[in-house]
Amino acid sequence: MSKLSLAVDLAGFRLRNPTMNAAGVLGMSPALLKRVYDAGAGAVVTKSIGPVPRTGHPNPTLVQVSCGALNAMGLPNPGVDYFVDKIVKLKEMGVPTVASFFGGSVQEFAEVAYKLTKAGADALELNASCPNVAEELGMLAADAGNVEKVTAAVKAETNLPVFVKLSPNVTNIKSVAKAAEWGGADAITAVNTLLGIAIDVNFRRPVLTNTTGGLSGPAMKPVALRCVWEVSQAVEIPVIGCGGVTTWEDAVEYLLAGASAVEIGTAVMTRGVGVYGEIVEGLERYMAENGFSRVEEVVGLAHEAGRYTESSLDKCNIRV
Amino acid sequence: MPTKLEDTRKVVLTNVISECEGFTSLWFVDQWTVKARPGQYIMAWIPGLDEVPMSLSAIDEGGQSSITVRAVGEATEALSGLEPGDRIGVRGPFGNGYSVEGRSPIIVAGGSGAASLMPLVREMLSKGAVPTFVLGARSSTQLMFLEKLEKLLGDNLVVSTDDGSRGYSGHASGYAAKLMESNGYDHVYTCGPELMMARVFLDADGMGLPVQASLERYIKCSVGLCGACAVGPYRVCVDGPVFDSGMLRDVRGEFGVSKMDLSGKMTRVDH
Repeated sequence: MSKLSLAVDLAGFRLRNPTMNAAGVLGMSPALLKRVYDAGAGAVVTKSIGPVPRTGHPNPTLVQVSCGALNAMGLPNPGVDYFVDKIVKLKEMGVPTVASFFGGSVQEFAEVAYKLTKAGADALELNASCPNVAEELGMLAADAGNVEKVTAAVKAETNLPVFVKLSPNVTNIKSVAKAAEWGGADAITAVNTLLGIAIDVNFRRPVLTNTTGGLSGPAMKPVALRCVWEVSQAVEIPVIGCGGVTTWEDAVEYLLAGASAVEIGTAVMTRGVGVYGEIVEGLERYMAENGFSRVEEVVGLAHEAGRYTESSLDKCNIRV
Repeated sequence: MPTKLEDTRKVVLTNVISECEGFTSLWFVDQWTVKARPGQYIMAWIPGLDEVPMSLSAIDEGGQSSITVRAVGEATEALSGLEPGDRIGVRGPFGNGYSVEGRSPIIVAGGSGAASLMPLVREMLSKGAVPTFVLGARSSTQLMFLEKLEKLLGDNLVVSTDDGSRGYSGHASGYAAKLMESNGYDHVYTCGPELMMARVFLDADGMGLPVQASLERYIKCSVGLCGACAVGPYRVCVDGPVFDSGMLRDVRGEFGVSKMDLSGKMTRVDH
């Protein structure tokens, strides 16, 4: 058996292991992202950066709910022209960096992608799916045609791998994923948060200032996992799983469902920044115990599980 | 179902007290807040307006707790205008709080900073340590908790005002530096304007004294997720708000120098 390696390759972007932070989590400051990397993540993802500065929504912007959190930050970010220095800083510190970004139009998406590419990011994550700015920006990922158009426009401005992050708040995520692939996406990140509301019984009003927010954490993991399952069947490009990954078992579930890597966010709230290293260690143990030497060997295995028969006991992992 | 500390509770204001010029204490009964450690904060929600982090200025005094607000913006003005019987939402307490150490501590408070230090004083006294407390303000009318501190600490309370209207004339940090040079303190606590705290840290660190400083930043999520309150590699909301000497050294380039605005841009710390 060859030596166990956790390294993965996402369309030419090589990671020491298949974990990253989810966009929007700890992604504003290079020093904090460096801490995520030092804690064990394979790479880091920045806060979603737009064409101009935004302060985001007023508080409350986050409320804890059963097994998760509901947030409506409202895409606060200092604007791409300011943020390019932060990308430079991250690269100086030796941190593999995925720049998450968004725009209000096809042209803006392309411009921001161009600037982040020039700044030296290793890969781009096109945020087509923030649920909290619908009134101002609309949710791109609701429309397959737009996703294809924006992805193509972005790809024309960059030579970097482009991951398109999709929303679970659509009827048919497979068709949106396919549209991204047709547009030239190098990978699909599945998924952003699930649209929800929390209401305070005492004050008889929605808790979040934005009324609706995005549900993250274990509460939405089965939904996100189903999205990964469907998307990985629909496209040829790699899938990055995102949604409620809290333990190494969650990460393995995502790999088995077809993800080549996972993004971890809300678990930082419950388990701290150390969660990255803990998940990587657990994943390594699982691979060693099960005789896997490379992450790709695990990816998508659950799709092949098949029905119990005398002749397929090994495939069902009953007799090993 | 019993609430958890991260759940928002409705609390009824039992008392609203004007402390001194510009400062108002809001008193309430809350099952989680009474269990807080000195230096922790709650998120105070004014429904329909905003939710802001507030240090606890009293913890379990006869079952009640308080926050002390300075009206500086829309949310704090609204809080300052509330009356007994009015209701707000609270969640928390959050953050690390002070760790109570030393036999002979000195506490340096500036402006609203005295709020988070009041429960610390009470805890120190209950453990048998009598701190020296430097209470600083711009002017004698803005000395927060002056009478309470006099009652608790007697001569161990010393006052400084920038305009010299009472006590030492000048900055609290300058007065503290003189005291630290001539007395054998073993621990330094500070909360107040960041430039004051940065000065206190610089002086104390130079003398080899361990420091705990309570920092303020825009706190959004309060659970360590969003990173809006980052100072260097730390999150004020969960790694802080109290920074010890090691952490303060790690963030030397930012502490007293720059802070993130609501969009994530670094701006100058100007007070």
